[in-house]
Amino acid sequence: MSAQPITIARSKVWNLPGGIHPAEHKAESNKTPIEAIPLPSTLWLPLSMHLGAPALPCVKVGDTVLKGELIAKAESGISANIHAPTSGRISAIENHAFAHESGFKQPALCLEVDGLEAWRVQNPWADWKNHQISDIVQRIRDGGVTGMGGAGFPTDIKYRNKHAPIHTLLINAAECEPYITADDRLIREKADEILQGAEICQHLLGADNILIGIEDNKPEAISAFETAAQQLGIKIVLAVVPTKYPSGGEKQLIQLTLGVEVPKKGLPSDVGVVCQNVGTLRQVYRSVVLDEPLISRITTVTGKAVSKPGNYEVLIGTSIETVLNHASAHLKKADRVIMGGPMMGFALPDITAPVIKTTNCLLAATKKELPAPIIDNPCIRCGLCEQACPVDLLPQQLLWSSKNRHLEYAELHSIQDCIECGACAYVCPSRIPLVHYFRYTKGELRQEEKDLQESERARKRFENRQARIEREKQEKEERRKARAEAAAKALAEKKSNTDGSSEAGKDDPIKAALERAAAKKQAKTTTVETQTPEELKELVEKAKAKFEKAQQKLKDAEANNPSIDAYLSKASVKLEEKYLTADKTYQAALNKQDKSSS
Amino acid sequence: MNEYILLLIGTVLVNNFVLVQFLGLCPFMGVSNKLEYAVGMSAATTFVLTVSSVATYVVHSLILAPLGLAFLKTITFILIIAFVVQFTEMVIRKTSPLLYRVLGIFLPLITTNCAVLGVSLLNISKQNNLIESFLYGFGAAVGFSLVLVLFSAMRERINLADVPVPFQGPAIGLIATGIISLAFMGFSGLVAV
Amino acid sequence: MITATITLLLIATVCGAILGFAAIRFKPDGDPLVDQIDAILPQTQCGQCGHPGCRPYAEGIADGEPINKCPPGGEATIQALADLLDVEPMPLDAEHGEEKGKQVAVIREQECIGCTKCIQAMVLVQSTIRTWYTDKPTSLIELIATDRNPLNNTKENAA
Repeated sequence: MSAQPITIARSKVWNLPGGIHPAEHKAESNKTPIEAIPLPSTLWLPLSMHLGAPALPCVKVGDTVLKGELIAKAESGISANIHAPTSGRISAIENHAFAHESGFKQPALCLEVDGLEAWRVQNPWADWKNHQISDIVQRIRDGGVTGMGGAGFPTDIKYRNKHAPIHTLLINAAECEPYITADDRLIREKADEILQGAEICQHLLGADNILIGIEDNKPEAISAFETAAQQLGIKIVLAVVPTKYPSGGEKQLIQLTLGVEVPKKGLPSDVGVVCQNVGTLRQVYRSVVLDEPLISRITTVTGKAVSKPGNYEVLIGTSIETVLNHASAHLKKADRVIMGGPMMGFALPDITAPVIKTTNCLLAATKKELPAPIIDNPCIRCGLCEQACPVDLLPQQLLWSSKNRHLEYAELHSIQDCIECGACAYVCPSRIPLVHYFRYTKGELRQEEKDLQESERARKRFENRQARIEREKQEKEERRKARAEAAAKALAEKKSNTDGSSEAGKDDPIKAALERAAAKKQAKTTTVETQTPEELKELVEKAKAKFEKAQQKLKDAEANNPSIDAYLSKASVKLEEKYLTADKTYQAALNKQDKSSS
Repeated sequence: MNEYILLLIGTVLVNNFVLVQFLGLCPFMGVSNKLEYAVGMSAATTFVLTVSSVATYVVHSLILAPLGLAFLKTITFILIIAFVVQFTEMVIRKTSPLLYRVLGIFLPLITTNCAVLGVSLLNISKQNNLIESFLYGFGAAVGFSLVLVLFSAMRERINLADVPVPFQGPAIGLIATGIISLAFMGFSGLVAV
Repeated sequence: MITATITLLLIATVCGAILGFAAIRFKPDGDPLVDQIDAILPQTQCGQCGHPGCRPYAEGIADGEPINKCPPGGEATIQALADLLDVEPMPLDAEHGEEKGKQVAVIREQECIGCTKCIQAMVLVQSTIRTWYTDKPTSLIELIATDRNPLNNTKENAA
């Protein structure tokens, strides 16, 4: 709030190749101020209104919620919170109609409005500058702020991970698409809030400049910005670009206002720029300073089928039908209802779908206003599409490769850089639906990429499994071989043992014992023949003693221990034999001696 | 020095082997469906042309001419060209099996490419010395590669286009070649060759 | 006459010797072509092509087999193989099966006994809001020769 008037500089504007000049149709809806839609009876809040992971509900069916209360929490990473746009009761969490071309239903929370509009506790920060930057960024995330220009990228992500220094905050006030005037009216009425939001973002980035890119068909908005900047003392630079579609695309606006092209597969932060829509910046102000989360947005309702065209402040979750009825749309006259503009919007399959954070326009067009597409003629290779492309691509080559499904060729011609603005299809004399073809090809490329990853994983799994089975087979084979070898070895040893080698007998105690016994027997027989009669007599005495002992033991056993009777009797029989044999030998030896002596 | 540059320009543009002298049309039509493979084929032909041009000159001037065996030049040249082509085939098979597979039969058919034999025989009839032979062979190869690459880029687009069924394939290719040939006639007389 | 023959023979011998040396020096090891083909095949190891897995079919293609035998791969695979090998894309050979779109079966690994009934019970993968994309636009007038290519007729997205 300085006293000195600030001069608002006008910056140089560069050239954007291609582009078209369709009829603007802005006058239908930008004459009246923004009007609030009265409270509807139910609100349906889809869990995924933004780019990234869907939010997870943190309330249950039956819970009462206050206005601005958190009802679905952002997952970590790229995701956004969802808040209750008004107070009421959660009556269901189920699949509900969703505004998407496919017509798929999406999980959503149903809020029964109680009409009290009871706010939750709010904690405004008048002195946001005194807070830490990380706290402010977290506050933006807490407010569920996402890009309101149409993409829905969670805003706080742009202020984290600053891998490159940012020198310019570019405010996207271009609004190049025909029929849409939401940003125009917002600037005219709330330029101060937008600029305060821009100030916060500039502070978060440490950027040098705030640059506003705005088309020259919005003179009132330009003066609103200038007045607000003077009053607030915020230094801005205005870049007034000539009205051309699609100068409002992020990369196109950067090229127009700064003369640099964002590199392929790159982000604006790679060239030191962060681009934000005016609606997003106003919401940043509301979240950070006033502690109001993102619960409503400005939506243009227009088209010849609408009796009261204009801009409306709509609570997120209001059904599109309700909004159209409030604007007195004759739904029977409307051939189709388009969400978005006539160039980049899509026809809604179900108008009971709710308004989400990125619904910038509802176009209820009559058949005469937007005629149904006529069948296309063959391409005459005129080259007008190439002249109209703002990204300097070759739509004709992309068409041929799309028709023939030559995905590699399409990728070579940079189909991934196509922003799907529709300028080429607009100028085509054969009325070929070029963007349709490009979307199909991009989808096929995405699918092919996914398939490649999956088949790569499957191949690795399969190869590992084959290797494991092979390895197990090998191990089994080795074990079997080892067993066979051991068995063969044992067999070989047994064979060599029966030849009498004592070294073999070392291993087998039984064999050794048998050998000892055999050896002893051998020794005995030889000893007996060479012994003298005296020695023999000793042996006889010994044998007799052993025999008598055995007899005694047998008598004892008969009396005391009958179980060992059998063994003892056997033993005594054997000893008796031995004694008799010894005696016989002795006698024989005596006879021999007598014979030899006599 | 000047004559060498003029010789090169003459061989590449004015007397382009494919479009003006109409030699070597077979690989030209057969391989030019995809740009990368056409580049591979032109690299192979460049190598073969340059090496065989020099080798045939050397053999002719050092062996055949002194021994009075100039009548053997056709068969000897074919022998040498076949040898160079076979060598090239082996190298390509080792370095890029995909290119080898894609070129298929056209790789050994470089042997019968009339441009290669034509260069060797023309060197003799024009009485070029060694450097001139080398430049003549190299220039012929550059001319061939230039046209092959240009034509395959065009062929890629023709293949995607709505060509009437009787014209699809080599037919439209030959018609296009004829039209480019007319364009190259604009170079005639640029260099007195 | 003699000198002619001897000269020719000499030149032929020298050329042959160099070639023989080159044949050993430049012996190709492995076959990266098969790897490139294998990377394109869908790795379902289903055997519908007549080979016991995807790798043997890749080796077959490298040897010159037709590229239109893989039903799980479908048109996309045939087109990709045709692009790689610079051959004409052919429509899927019906005797090997039909392209049914991606199918899926959910299996509880810990309880699997290998009865393979899951393979019979597979259902088509449903596209979600994140995987959905528009079909190829139809041109009612088949004026253009490319539109008559059987491989380019409009197909449904999976589910």
